[in-house]
Order: sequence, then structure tokens, then C-alpha cells
Amino acid sequence: MSVTEKLELFEVFVRSKRGLDHKHVGSLHAEDHEQALEYARDCYTRRSEGVSIWVVKSADICASQEDDADCFYDPSDDKPYRHATYYVLPDPVNNM
Amino acid sequence: MTPEENFMRKIEAEEKIEPKDWMPDTYRKNLIRQISQHAHSEVIGMQPEGNYITRAPSLRRKAVLISKVQDEAGHGLYLYSAAETLGISRSEMIEALQTGKAKYSSIFNYPVLTWADIAAIGWLVDGAAIVNQVSLQRTSYGPYSRGMIRICKEESFHQRQGYEAMLALAKGSPEQKAMAQDALNRFYWPALMMFGPHDSESAHSQKSMEWKIKRETNDDLRQKFIDQTVPQIEVLGLEHPDKALKWNEERGHYDSSDLNWDEFWSVINGNGHCNRQRLEHHIAAHDEGEWVRDAITAYNEKKRAKKAQNAA
Repeated sequence: MSVTEKLELFEVFVRSKRGLDHKHVGSLHAEDHEQALEYARDCYTRRSEGVSIWVVKSADICASQEDDADCFYDPSDDKPYRHATYYVLPDPVNNM
Repeated sequence: MTPEENFMRKIEAEEKIEPKDWMPDTYRKNLIRQISQHAHSEVIGMQPEGNYITRAPSLRRKAVLISKVQDEAGHGLYLYSAAETLGISRSEMIEALQTGKAKYSSIFNYPVLTWADIAAIGWLVDGAAIVNQVSLQRTSYGPYSRGMIRICKEESFHQRQGYEAMLALAKGSPEQKAMAQDALNRFYWPALMMFGPHDSESAHSQKSMEWKIKRETNDDLRQKFIDQTVPQIEVLGLEHPDKALKWNEERGHYDSSDLNWDEFWSVINGNGHCNRQRLEHHIAAHDEGEWVRDAITAYNEKKRAKKAQNAA
């Protein structure tokens, strides 16, 4: 078994600036969380890209399936009234 | 640099404070109080509008109202989660609400008498809330700020749907127009009270401004709302409830009547028309929903047991 097969896959999220959300930037292999955090620092923040890193085991992520997207998001498709632009108001108050 | 100096450095540099940063105890407490109060307001606010879902005048209005109430539930969740990052649990917050230790916006203690009130709530109450929330997008606590940004984006339809419903009534039959005027007369003043007491009377304002939890004072935000509402009332063709309202050229703002602060304090202290009803309903709904929460845990345990059995 190769090294990468023995190591676990982690997903890396970096907060680029205080106040912003952590964003997914990529993944890496590591022995455990601590090691993943160090690798992530070395790999994804070499040019001060971040002020905070999260690492999460890829296996722990439960994701929706893009193939099922149609029926998964279908209930929202016929509700245009959830959008502000749906309501037509007179010009003088349209900045609401 | 001491932790306290470092904290103040971040505040002064307009950097956000994040959950794992050191922060003064009173900053944490102030935030928990403000964010949980905000969350409770979203949740209690569902009651008056929820009551009108079955009485909306058309299928379209009903669908819109359901969407709005759904949003309020979601916004309550965002805010409870933001407060939880400060180390308080959801059940502690709900307990504080139900025992009256924590407050929610007094506006929801006013009775909702007609469909026009629902229109006025969307227009004026959500309108006032948006003025406050736009300002809070720049609050110093990261999770609160991000929650506000999300809420403002989603909520942009709330005020517009209310105004649209109000416009339909104001341009309708004489009876409908009278209903709209009546709703405006009753909700205008409590909407202005949503911004809280005068800055000079506000117990938490000064420290909150210093720490940039709040970015604009109660009185400044209220003025903004007063000014923006004037043309909106004109377009509706309704009478402005404030007879003393007058444009002040020098200030560049409208001068207006002072509010009935005795009423304000009385409603905050539990004596509004609906205070008891709102809390009783919240407690009843929470208790009646207990079997659902129990069922979730029971189902999870059953699933886990089945998995373990299959593995063995």
C-alpha cells in the first residue's frame, strides 16, 4: 500500500481575512488532524492567504448529489416571490 | 501586548473578533444578550404573521406570507447559532426567553387586528429591522456580522411585499383605504420604538458603540427610518400619523414628535397587550413539540443499534 493510501484525506478551508467565511481551498493527505493542519499551512497559505484554517476529514463530509439536483432543489423553483425583484413598486419608493 | 490591548487593537483596526479570540467577559455577555434577543424576536415574530396564514386574502398573499414566516424561522436559527459560538447553549437561551429573563422586540406585543396590520408589519416593522440590520452588518463580531449579511440579503423581499400589500389596500375601496390608514396609525409609533430608548437612556449603548457591537446610535437609526418613511407614506396617499412632522433644512432631516416613553417601558416590562399570550404560546408550542425532539433521538438510537447489529 502506498503512503497516500495509508493516510487519510482531509478537506482544507481557509479564512482569508477576519470577518469572512472559511472557504474550501483543496484537500491533502495526512496522518491526523494536527498533521493535516500543518500540511495545510505549508501547502495552502505560503503567501499569507489566510488567518485561520479548518481541516475536516473528507469521509466526514456528507454532500448532496449533483445528479439529484433537479428534484433536490425543485421546491424552490416555483417560488419567485422569495425574491425582492418580484414586487413591482412605484419609482419614487423603488429603492426599498 | 496584553490580550486586552490586542482585542482593542483589532476593534480599532476594524478587524472582526472571531469565536476563539480572547475577548472581555462583558463583550461576550453584551453580545449574548443582543444576539439572543435578536434571535428571540425572529422567532416570536412568527406568531402574529403565522396567525394570518389561513386568513390571507388570496393564494398569492398566502404563499408570500408562508415564505416570509419560513425566513423568520431560518433567521432565528442563524442568530441562535451565532450566539452559540459565544459559549451559551440553545436550551439556556430558550429558558431565558420563557422565564422572561431575556427580552424580544416589543413590537410583537402589539395586537394584530386586520389584514392591513400584516401589510404594515412587513412594510414598517421589517423596514425598521432592516435599517438596524444593515448597520449591524459592520458589527465587530464575525459570526454576527456574517449572519446579518445573510439575513439582509434574504429579507429584502419582506419589506417590499408588505408595501405592495399596503399599496393594494391604499388604492382600493374606501373601506380598504381606511383599514390601511388605521394600521399605519397604530404601527407607526411602535415601529419607531423598535430602535430602543434615546441614546442618553440606553443602558448598553455606550459600551456597545465603543466595542463596535453597535455601529450607529438608536437615535440616528430612528432618524434614518423616519426620513425614509415620509415619501413612502406619500406614495400610498395616506395621512402621516405624526402631525408635528416637519422638514428641518438646517439638519437635513425631519423633526418629529417625541415618543410615548411610558408606553415603551410599560410594554418592555411585560404589560403590552400580548406579552403574556406570546410567551404562553411559545411555551405551549415548545412543550407540545417535545415528542418530535424525543422521536428524533429515539430514531437516531435505533439506527445506531441496527448498524451495530449489522456490523456484528
